Amino acid sequence: MIDFGYTIWIPLIPILMFLFIGLTGHKYKPVISGYLGTLGLLTSAALSYYTAYQYFFNVGKVAGVYEKIIGFNVTWLRFTDTLHIDLGTLLDPISVMMLVVITTISLMVHIYSLGYMKGEKGFARFYAVLSLFSFSMLGLVLATNIFQMYIFWELVGVSSYLLISFYYEKPSAVAAGKKAFIVTRFADLGFLIGILMLSFITGTFDFKTLTDPNGAAIMQGGSAAFLGLSVMTWALLLIFIGGAGKSAMFPLHIWLPDAMEGPTPVSALIHAATMVVAGVYLVARLFTIFALSAPVALEIVGYVGGITSLFAAVIACTQNDIKRVLAFSTMSQIGYMMLALGVSGYGGEEGLGYMASMFHLFTHAMFKALLFLGAGAIIHAVHSNNMTDMGGLRKYLPWTNITFLIACLTIAGVPPLSGFWSKDEILVAAFEHNKFLFAIEFLVAGLTAFYMFRLYFNVFWGKDRHYHHAPHEAPPVMLFPLVFLAIASIFSGFIPFTSLVTSDGEAFHVGTEWIVAIPSVLIGLIGIAIAWIFYKKETAIPDKLASSFKLLYKGSLNKFYIDEIYLFVTKKIIFALISKPIAWFDRHVIDGFMNSIAFVTNFASEKIKGMQSGQLQQYAYVFVSGVVILAFVFIYLLKF
Amino acid sequence: MLTGILIIFLFIVSLLLFALPNSKHIKTIALLGSLAAFGISIAMLFQFLNDCPCVLTFNPDILQVLGINFKLSIDGLSILLILLTTFLTPLIIFSSFENKREKPRAFYALILLMEMSLVGVFAASDVLLFYIFYELALIPIYFIIALWGGKDAKKITLKFFIYTLIGSLLMLVAILYVYSLTPGVHSFAFNSFYNVILTGKAQSWVFLAFFIAFAIKIPIFPFHTWQPDTYSTAPTQGSMLLAGIMLKMGLYGLIRFVLPLCPVAMKDWGFYAILLSIIGIIYSSLIAIKQNEMKRFIAYSSMAHVGLIAAGIFAGTFNSLEGSIIQMISHGINVFGLFFIYEIIVRRTNNGNISSLGGIASKAPIFAIFFMLILLGNIALPLTNSFVGEFLLMLGIFEYNAYLAFFAGFTIILGAVYMLWMYQRVAYGEVKPATENFHDLTKQEIIILIPIIIMIFWIGIYPSLFLKIAEPVVRNIISMTNIIPN
Repeated sequence: MIDFGYTIWIPLIPILMFLFIGLTGHKYKPVISGYLGTLGLLTSAALSYYTAYQYFFNVGKVAGVYEKIIGFNVTWLRFTDTLHIDLGTLLDPISVMMLVVITTISLMVHIYSLGYMKGEKGFARFYAVLSLFSFSMLGLVLATNIFQMYIFWELVGVSSYLLISFYYEKPSAVAAGKKAFIVTRFADLGFLIGILMLSFITGTFDFKTLTDPNGAAIMQGGSAAFLGLSVMTWALLLIFIGGAGKSAMFPLHIWLPDAMEGPTPVSALIHAATMVVAGVYLVARLFTIFALSAPVALEIVGYVGGITSLFAAVIACTQNDIKRVLAFSTMSQIGYMMLALGVSGYGGEEGLGYMASMFHLFTHAMFKALLFLGAGAIIHAVHSNNMTDMGGLRKYLPWTNITFLIACLTIAGVPPLSGFWSKDEILVAAFEHNKFLFAIEFLVAGLTAFYMFRLYFNVFWGKDRHYHHAPHEAPPVMLFPLVFLAIASIFSGFIPFTSLVTSDGEAFHVGTEWIVAIPSVLIGLIGIAIAWIFYKKETAIPDKLASSFKLLYKGSLNKFYIDEIYLFVTKKIIFALISKPIAWFDRHVIDGFMNSIAFVTNFASEKIKGMQSGQLQQYAYVFVSGVVILAFVFIYLLKF
Repeated sequence: MLTGILIIFLFIVSLLLFALPNSKHIKTIALLGSLAAFGISIAMLFQFLNDCPCVLTFNPDILQVLGINFKLSIDGLSILLILLTTFLTPLIIFSSFENKREKPRAFYALILLMEMSLVGVFAASDVLLFYIFYELALIPIYFIIALWGGKDAKKITLKFFIYTLIGSLLMLVAILYVYSLTPGVHSFAFNSFYNVILTGKAQSWVFLAFFIAFAIKIPIFPFHTWQPDTYSTAPTQGSMLLAGIMLKMGLYGLIRFVLPLCPVAMKDWGFYAILLSIIGIIYSSLIAIKQNEMKRFIAYSSMAHVGLIAAGIFAGTFNSLEGSIIQMISHGINVFGLFFIYEIIVRRTNNGNISSLGGIASKAPIFAIFFMLILLGNIALPLTNSFVGEFLLMLGIFEYNAYLAFFAGFTIILGAVYMLWMYQRVAYGEVKPATENFHDLTKQEIIILIPIIIMIFWIGIYPSLFLKIAEPVVRNIISMTNIIPN
């Protein structure tokens, strides 16, 4: 048996790097901090791979079932013997998988940023906060209990805030950072109350106890009911609100598109591959309870995922900022993962959706990070985010072109690339459990292929734009991560998830469902074909379509005005109609009332000025006798 | 023993400062005196930890008239608040070194006198002694604000004075009433008071009197209107004393008197008291959003945080009381930090208006980092001090009533809203004329900020020490609240 105690170093190394760079970063050349951060992450990644190898292939499996292993544990706060908060590391299939995802993507982003961020003011700060983020995210997935998860959840939020507002001289970046923090914090209130309820019902924070399918936690909670749903359902729904906030589910998604104000490598790491899937991870973490004692909550998760994925895919079709297209695409894909959890049952083949969700999380991390880093290379070359400033770039950026094309084919679900396998499993799970959600996802599959290839053709094909200087390919340090992730995108679909990551830890077997797979590939190809006709050469078709479906087009272009609604509520209602009047009320009514009492007193005192002798003894005498009289009245006359 | 020495020592230093001629050494003497006081209280802490769980007492058997004892005793709650007092006072004194104050000797003597009274309040084991110190603390702060305050100082201090005096009078009446019921030979000792069992109706009146007295001090909505004016007109050191330490007297009083003396009234009225506190949290957070002057902003944000503490005390569960004690310490540290940040900004720009500031982060990056750390402490980020306190408070309030906990939770969101927005306008964005020449922190400022940052993370990362000290007191108080009269 191997001792997994060392796993605590996987998050600790990045935080030490953060402290080291933060405290000494100004003393040496900025690029050194970049190397230090990268080196730290490399160590964490090596440890994670080693852990994954040991866990999956050596010791994780006991009698055919993957166990939950506590690698390291320390008690932080103790309330009672059963209720205490620990900090530690929990190893099970999903946490180990997440370790691999996070360290891989984070390492690639670290390497990539050596080129992308070169010469930026605040280079050392960038690497310091990147390390802080890696620490928080690793601590989040390794959490042994829901409270530890909440702690790191918030830390992830702060790192994200600091990275989005990295260019703090730019007002839009600062506003976006704040928006992301506040919207997710709003959701986190739900999370916190949910945690309190859950611990109240079950008497524990511990994941191992909570998610034991034969444990007491699962059995309780069905008892008391509120508004027709069990208390457990409410608790889980509140917790899900937290997850929906972080994972940008409709209608808490408004921060994600704005978060694109951050540096592009950050978008790749945080807003595509790792942090935004924290909500999915949270539901997966508590999946046993969701599935066994609150199926209604799980169903809601599925519908929220489905709606989000359709909503975001429609918007992605009309956006012109390449990063925003990718942001909406991320939302849509995370919607897929949520939906997959929503249509899953517990145990064996019933748990297909669960497995598919985790599978898609893995493959999506690879190809979406690739897309973002590719977008970074494009932006690096043409100094613009806007699709209308791009065209014909395949001649100038050959490597970026190839890797970007691979990513687009992967997300469109073209076999045998990884996206095909994972998306197919989700569609099968949906097909078997909920035909309505299946229909939505089927449609989204077509839309995805369409908007991705709209982007691809617009950027790499079509006419050359007027460039200030000929766009040049990114340096090798940026190309290496692209190539690495491209390879991962191609091959990660062959990882046997059905025997590694399942809802109950036991392996199961599924064959390919051709009845689902063939149509889904076809609709993807149709999407690509339409994009090819529309955008490979400039045509008038898109404009015509836009004017004939004017309402839909305008709605989509303006993201269905959700931002405007929020803005209206906060600025016009909360700030102008609540905050301001209350401030006035406080100043004039409450304070005014108190002042007018003082005024009356003053007036009275003018009249009885004669009593003012200036003699201290007299005041003291009056004061004391007054008190005594009052006390006397209280005690003897009122006699209560 | 040490407690008595501490009080007498502070009194002597204060008198000495009054007596000395004005010179540039005054500041140094005051600083050294307060540091020595901190040293004594650290010694007290060690003595306390060795003797745990018994309490340190000091009872020189003088003044035994009418059952009044000069009795001081230290339990976990007292020692924590005394440490807060003696920890913050040297920092407050040091933070004023850059300012040119008129009549420095009086200024520093009053600060030390204030420190003495506060230590007395937290150490007293006799109700009348508590009351005397409680009132005594009012006098130095009154003069500090009136003599060194800004615009309208006289008028505003008068308002502050009247407000608190009304509260004090009500409290005195309640104290005398309970005194008259003490069993055997009447006595003001805490223990005699705790032995009084009041009827339900009497409890309601005593509760009301104490509630108003402490609600004014804390302040709880709607007894708070003295606070923004007073904070904004007081010299920054005065605001630090008021918000950092003095308002803890009210919270301390709630725990010491209201919970043990009025358990039945707590059952009847506690809900409404929590409700008022929570209304205050949301109300003051919403107002804070709209404030332009930084000091008023800090006043309202402080009121929101303190409201949560008060709500936790009224909830009276084990977790909420533990949370309230740890949060009292954290709030003192954080609010000092915020006021000092304000002081630094005003020193450089002569301007405390949020709208005329901006772009400080690019001019003074180290300052911006410290500012951010203190801000994170204030919005209760995990691993900072207020997170521990606010989480325990939320947990306790949730145990009391889940709906109230939900509304109390708004402090988490609104706190982030107003704090981040303020930070955005002050530190980010374009450099404004006022911040054109903003230079980074000086060594002296860093020396003051570092202990604050250390405490923010110490309590945040390893709160067990503080919770362990507070635990016996909380258990004791809870056992007393379970006594129900027939």
